Amino acid sequence: MVPELGQFALALALAIALTQAVLTLAGAARGNAAWMRVARPAALGQFIFVAIAFGCLMYSFINKDFSVAFVAANSNSALPLQYRVAGVWGGHEGSLLLWTLILGAWMVAVSVFSRRLPDDMVARVLGVMALVNVGFLSFMLFTSNPFDRLFPVPADGRDLNPLLQDPAMVLHPPVLYTGYVGFSVAFAFAIAALLSGRLDATWARWSRPWTTVAWMFLTLGIALGSVWSYYELGWGGWWFWDPVENASFMPWLVGTALIHSLAVTEKRGTFRSWTVLLAIFAFALSLLGTFLVRSGVLTSVHAFATDPKRGIFILAFLTVVIGGSLALFAWRAQRIGLGGSFDPVSRESMLLTNNVLLVAAAGSVLLGTLYPLLLDALDLGKISVGPPYFETIFVPLMAPALFLMGIGPLSRWKKASLPNLALRLRWAFAVSLATALLLSFALGRSSLWVSLGLLLAVWIVAASAVNFWERISNFSGASVAARLAGASRAYYGMLLAHIGVAVFVVGVTLEKGFEIQKDVRMAPGTTEQIGAYTFRFEDVEQVTGPNYVAAHATITALRNGKVIAVLHPEKRFYASQESPMTEAAIDPGFTRDLYVSLGDPVDSKTWIVRLQHKPFVLWIWGGCVLMALGGFFAAGDRRYRVETLRKSIATHAALGATAAGARLARAAVREKSR
Amino acid sequence: MKYYLVLAVFIVLVAFLAVGLTLNPHEVPSPLINKPAPHFDLPQLRDASKNFSERDMMGKVWLLNVWASWCVSCREEHPVLVEFAKSEVAPVYGLDYKDKREDGMSWLERFGDPYRISASDYDGKVGIDYGVYGVPETYVIDKRGVIRYKQIGPLTPEILKHKIIPLVASLNNG
Repeated sequence: MVPELGQFALALALAIALTQAVLTLAGAARGNAAWMRVARPAALGQFIFVAIAFGCLMYSFINKDFSVAFVAANSNSALPLQYRVAGVWGGHEGSLLLWTLILGAWMVAVSVFSRRLPDDMVARVLGVMALVNVGFLSFMLFTSNPFDRLFPVPADGRDLNPLLQDPAMVLHPPVLYTGYVGFSVAFAFAIAALLSGRLDATWARWSRPWTTVAWMFLTLGIALGSVWSYYELGWGGWWFWDPVENASFMPWLVGTALIHSLAVTEKRGTFRSWTVLLAIFAFALSLLGTFLVRSGVLTSVHAFATDPKRGIFILAFLTVVIGGSLALFAWRAQRIGLGGSFDPVSRESMLLTNNVLLVAAAGSVLLGTLYPLLLDALDLGKISVGPPYFETIFVPLMAPALFLMGIGPLSRWKKASLPNLALRLRWAFAVSLATALLLSFALGRSSLWVSLGLLLAVWIVAASAVNFWERISNFSGASVAARLAGASRAYYGMLLAHIGVAVFVVGVTLEKGFEIQKDVRMAPGTTEQIGAYTFRFEDVEQVTGPNYVAAHATITALRNGKVIAVLHPEKRFYASQESPMTEAAIDPGFTRDLYVSLGDPVDSKTWIVRLQHKPFVLWIWGGCVLMALGGFFAAGDRRYRVETLRKSIATHAALGATAAGARLARAAVREKSR
Repeated sequence: MKYYLVLAVFIVLVAFLAVGLTLNPHEVPSPLINKPAPHFDLPQLRDASKNFSERDMMGKVWLLNVWASWCVSCREEHPVLVEFAKSEVAPVYGLDYKDKREDGMSWLERFGDPYRISASDYDGKVGIDYGVYGVPETYVIDKRGVIRYKQIGPLTPEILKHKIIPLVASLNNG
């Protein structure tokens, strides 16, 4: 009964989405206020019905209803409660349901926080999002129904993939999807702006906080996934350039470019077609990621069970949504206008360069990800593209971008002076050069890459410090506190995010440059030396978990004869799926992680053990957290709350909400942009 | 016009993705195709005092089927293989991979034995030489001892009809 209720709720949500998309978009085009007013209640309705469906699926999971095929495939009677809850998104169908649930939540958020926006803008934005939801809801109902029944009912479920039975499973997918799906808001704003022709600074101001919040979630989601694979896959890597990881990384790169491009459009009115195109790309890459994960065209550790029908559906959907948007863009772009001009040396040009570098990086990742498929499609052979390719292209693309990160925020809009910048940054550069040289020297056996990484990281921090110093000394406040309060939250957000990048670079550089790894054979009593650390294999015993049995080892880590950690790596065997799992044991630290995992047993007491010393690995994710925190501050800037209110009241008064008003405004904007 | 360029690139991408849907990325071609079959000389499953080697088969077109009693898909494949052996299109030889002798023999007892001879690859070393990564696997080897075809996963009546039987016929004529 409950699953049928869920399915019915999904069908209702689809009907509402379809009605909303048609009514609001047509209403906005024809200036029909009554039709446009459908947008907000319909958005809420979609969210509520998808939430009901989601609740129904969760109910079936919690109550172990194995007559539901999806539950039977991803749960088991021995599965602990928290994983039965997370199991809802442990497979293809349920994770799609999570997708639409989050899309619904974003729609509700837009309808709540857009009280000050003109009605036709709200109608268009929510209409475009509803259209996206139509695609996903019909994809679910027609090809991937999570509520399909199974007959005869199996006695027990096949269990959730043991890799997914981890606390991170509760967090990683929802956070990541919130980021992915969040780009649909920026996308919807871009399409709405193209439809209405109102591509101006106000539009940029509206989309900025949404884009930043989505980017923040995506950053956290990717970092969570990286931490997870680090401790769960058992060999100590934190990024694999797996197609599905790339699928989340490409929207991140383009989203980062989009955030910066929006800043220029808001402040200077320039880069409009760029910004629109980036908004379309960011969401297009999110959809492409969905296609790559679900269709099985690429091999990946994340591969869901695949079915050609699904691939065709998403590809068709992708073609309609992205192809349609690009066609609309091409049709409208001529009329967008260029906005203010700027010199080759200016903040605009530096942001543009950085954006080009970020998009080029995303393009290279796309090429590397799809290359095996392209060759195979042309019948040129089967290959796989791995980390060497990605690392080779990434360093040369990102190094100049990191260098510019130091200069850009200090340069003036429109026209900056190189000698002036050189003068202001000379100390920052001297300090970073000296620090990088000294550190490389002190660390010993460091390569050119390590020195370069350190140089760029210190450079970003030093240039940010100069920026901060100039900012507070320019304020004519009395106390330091007043000066500090004078800078906006967006400004602090920017500094924080940039420092986050520096911290990330330090982590990557030192981890890659100085990690030590040893695969050794250990039996009780054996000791092994790794750098300054000694590992002593104490014992290994059998333990039984709720749904697995495991070999549970005890390894003591010592430094200078003193015990610093007792580690318990495990090799688990999950009976329901007949698969072994490596549970690494980690002693985390600010400057290093000790990482121990069990390989294969040699005999009952002897094991192959992998011992690793990973310096500064925590900084990698610490940097991501700082970036996300920066995004949090930037999105919460006062001016989005105060100014949107003031601005939109003004626009409202000038335009009215009718189409005639909108047309007038469009003409006015066109005039202004000339 | 330049604005349509992005759209054009996108359409090309979609075309590639559409072709990609018809392909199977998991299918990795064996580097052994058109190379001489790796040499082995293993004790026979039923009679450990006698050996079986690929060299014994020179001058004949034959099938080498890798199987094991622990392999679930082999059970699925087995009836197809038994039927095929009866048809006498080509002799089928087995490689009992990483399997205990008594387990392998009782498995053949229970489900029927399509093999002229099975060799026992208890430690799996020959399997490594042949690049076995999913059992069952089937190799078609020609008169000069060259591997001409490799099937990963169970044989089906369709694969036999459309690929293996025509291939064996042309190799026998050639």
